[in-house]
Amino acid sequence: MEEAAVQPTHVHAPPEGFLRKYVFSLDHKVIGKQYYGLALVSVFIGMVLSWLMRFHLVWPEVKVHGLEVLSASGAPGGVITPEYYLSLLTMHGTLMVFFVLTNAPFAGFGNYFLPIQIGAEDMAFPRFNMMSFWTTFVAFVVLVLAFFIPDGPPISGWTAYAPLSAVGKDAGPGLGWGQNLWAISIAIFCIGQLLGSLNFIATTLDLRAKGMTLMRMPICTWAWFITSCIGLLAFAVLLPACLLLLLDRMAGTSFFIPSGLVVSDRLQNHAGGSPLLWQHLFWFFGHPEVYIAILPAVGIVSHVLITSMRKPLLSAKVLIYSMLSIGFLSWMVWGHHMFVSGMNPFSSLLFSFPTLTITIPATIITLIWLGSLYGANIQINSASLFALGFVSMFVSGGVSGFFLAQPSIDIYLHATYFVVGHFHMVMGVAAIFGILSGTYFWFSKMTGRMMNDSLGKLHFWITFVGTYCIFMPFHYLGLVGNVRRYASFVDDFMAPLMPVHKFVTIAAFVTGAAQFLFLYNLIYSRFRGQLASENPWHGTSLEWSIPSPPPWNNFGDKHPVIFHDPYQYGVKGSKGDFVMQDSPEQIVGG
Amino acid sequence: MGKFFAVILVVVTLASAYPIVTHKYVQPVDISTHGHAIDEQLADTMAEGGFAFVGAQLLLAFFVWKFSSRKDGSKVKHLPGGAKLVVATAFILVGTEVLALGVLGQKAWADVYFTPPKADALQIQSQAGQFAFYFRYPGADGKFAPLHPDKIDEGNGNYFGLDPANDVEARDDIVAAELTIPVNREIHLLLHAKDVGHSFYVRELRIQQDFVPGLDLSLHFTATKTGKYEIVCTQLCGLGHYNMKAYLNVLPQEDFEKWLKDRAAEQ
Repeated sequence: MEEAAVQPTHVHAPPEGFLRKYVFSLDHKVIGKQYYGLALVSVFIGMVLSWLMRFHLVWPEVKVHGLEVLSASGAPGGVITPEYYLSLLTMHGTLMVFFVLTNAPFAGFGNYFLPIQIGAEDMAFPRFNMMSFWTTFVAFVVLVLAFFIPDGPPISGWTAYAPLSAVGKDAGPGLGWGQNLWAISIAIFCIGQLLGSLNFIATTLDLRAKGMTLMRMPICTWAWFITSCIGLLAFAVLLPACLLLLLDRMAGTSFFIPSGLVVSDRLQNHAGGSPLLWQHLFWFFGHPEVYIAILPAVGIVSHVLITSMRKPLLSAKVLIYSMLSIGFLSWMVWGHHMFVSGMNPFSSLLFSFPTLTITIPATIITLIWLGSLYGANIQINSASLFALGFVSMFVSGGVSGFFLAQPSIDIYLHATYFVVGHFHMVMGVAAIFGILSGTYFWFSKMTGRMMNDSLGKLHFWITFVGTYCIFMPFHYLGLVGNVRRYASFVDDFMAPLMPVHKFVTIAAFVTGAAQFLFLYNLIYSRFRGQLASENPWHGTSLEWSIPSPPPWNNFGDKHPVIFHDPYQYGVKGSKGDFVMQDSPEQIVGG
Repeated sequence: MGKFFAVILVVVTLASAYPIVTHKYVQPVDISTHGHAIDEQLADTMAEGGFAFVGAQLLLAFFVWKFSSRKDGSKVKHLPGGAKLVVATAFILVGTEVLALGVLGQKAWADVYFTPPKADALQIQSQAGQFAFYFRYPGADGKFAPLHPDKIDEGNGNYFGLDPANDVEARDDIVAAELTIPVNREIHLLLHAKDVGHSFYVRELRIQQDFVPGLDLSLHFTATKTGKYEIVCTQLCGLGHYNMKAYLNVLPQEDFEKWLKDRAAEQ
């Protein structure tokens, strides 16, 4: 890897003009911020959609003023119809999973910090990088367009199970052009992610500074690297799956549609396809996608925790190996989404064991964090609070996964709110806690200003308690047998559970409202925040060795040389209790 | 501030565990012969998972309480045993748990899926379509007539696409909108999807199985208590999904026979 240290003088010229600086920028930092910005827009849209859904579930007859303007047929007079509820559900899931949980922790922060943390001037392929963002942006526009066409957004959920998603408009509203736009958007999104993943891998392998061996990379860089390997394989399967779906819909093929289906009194002109094929292809992507969302958060949180604890982890190596084994195992477990789908019941056993086995590396990661907190000197601030909150959520969401990994229990809990509670906690909220922790931590580097810590803490308390109030009751509802994806609860069985739903809805409104504190903090601090020094948290990795915000070529004309492992805390250095990675000084004690 | 976090976390943890410990939210009564295996598996997992949840959260709270915002210059300490202890603990504790629950769980799964229905099980066909279930009994000849999708005519009550003019077996097939079954007799339910994917879920039976278009699936169960229970669709199937349900009527044997006879006379 010696030759990796030899870099060209400059990967690209300094940007000139507004367009090159802020819009079609080749700079990984600008692209990282663009991804983050897109995720921010998506997360607020997704959140408002979830509000509308929660509102409709408990007050189905009450008008939402103004909603009829967005969709006259979906919400006549402001009252949400059952089909529009499903449209909101589909768009909420799609926006959150693809445009928030994939964009922010991986593409957003990864783009900004991966090159800096390995001592590179930019990504390996800056033009690809720009293309990957703008491709993703087009995907976003195509998806959101579905709100404004007469057909409306699709109603088949973010999983778009065939044949509901494949037979076209006969199957219901939103399943004509709405579903087409969905499939086109996701296909385009896949292209963006493939370009991005390839870029991350090439950059990590080829552009590391002198002395930056693989094991000297910070944990979050490792997480982004592993995630990009997963992404390269996962999106490469989802892309053709979406293309096949589009062919079924537009070219009359029958990949996912068998013969003899009578939809809306019309015998469908298809034969020979398999609905389970879509499920296999989708979940072959879909399960690794969970790790695409959560591993970067694991990396970011570890990075923040170490800095806040003022001591290294018990073993960074063990944590990295655990992430690698999770990444590896993520390819063998997709069938646990399909225990009751009608696939061969023997394969359920095969899918169950690796799923249960994933608990081992996940437990090791958790115990590494907990064990490292022992004897630490934890600095409490907004970033570390969200990191600690993440650990709590990771445990809660992980434990419920243990139930669903067992096919016998899944017979009862499948498609209930237990599942909704589980994945929201571990994939949704935990990953978002990772994003928020990273934001409070790195904002200073990205903008040159500090975020308001008091406001950040207030944001944390409401969000932490609020998310437990929303998602814990989901588990109880699931245990009783409350089915998910219902636009309203007409079963006799549901009446005694409605107070729980009301409680959840109120909690969702309060917790959601608290996110505007964060938005305000973000915007206010960007312009009026206290000016940040180069290294406000006394960090050791390379991003803290350069100005805040960094110049366009990151390290100026310097070529950083790395002397140490990434987390030299709790040692005696010339600057305090830490020694930076690029500092040539000898480490005394430890 | 670290101590405040610890307190909040303890409160959140105990509040989360309270409804479970006090059995505030439990599964509806089990009316199947296999359900107890699933319930026991769920209870075992709840005990072990609950222990892990409460244990890990309290440990987190304790460490944050004890080791946050200490005086400047406090020397950091390391956990005795280090990463080796952590890895060994995870492998031993979780590994045993995974193996135990994994192996035990297979028994419950096998009860449902690996034992074939008995030869004398009562065969009933269930068809799921947007947004209703229909059930078909083979009638006196004990045979189901073939289905002709092009003959489906819901307006005239031909939900399955039967062709009694040409198929002799179709003439005595009994079609109903509710699933009526005798108590303590094994039922072999043949699942047929008319249009898109649906699912058959009866909480009290501890049974859930998707209807997959183009795939002949079946399930078998024995109901042990008479009564009326809800069958709900759990696979997103379109705009009326929330309202797609039917009832399961479990009757004493003689009542069931009478019901079947009455239905046959009506058709």
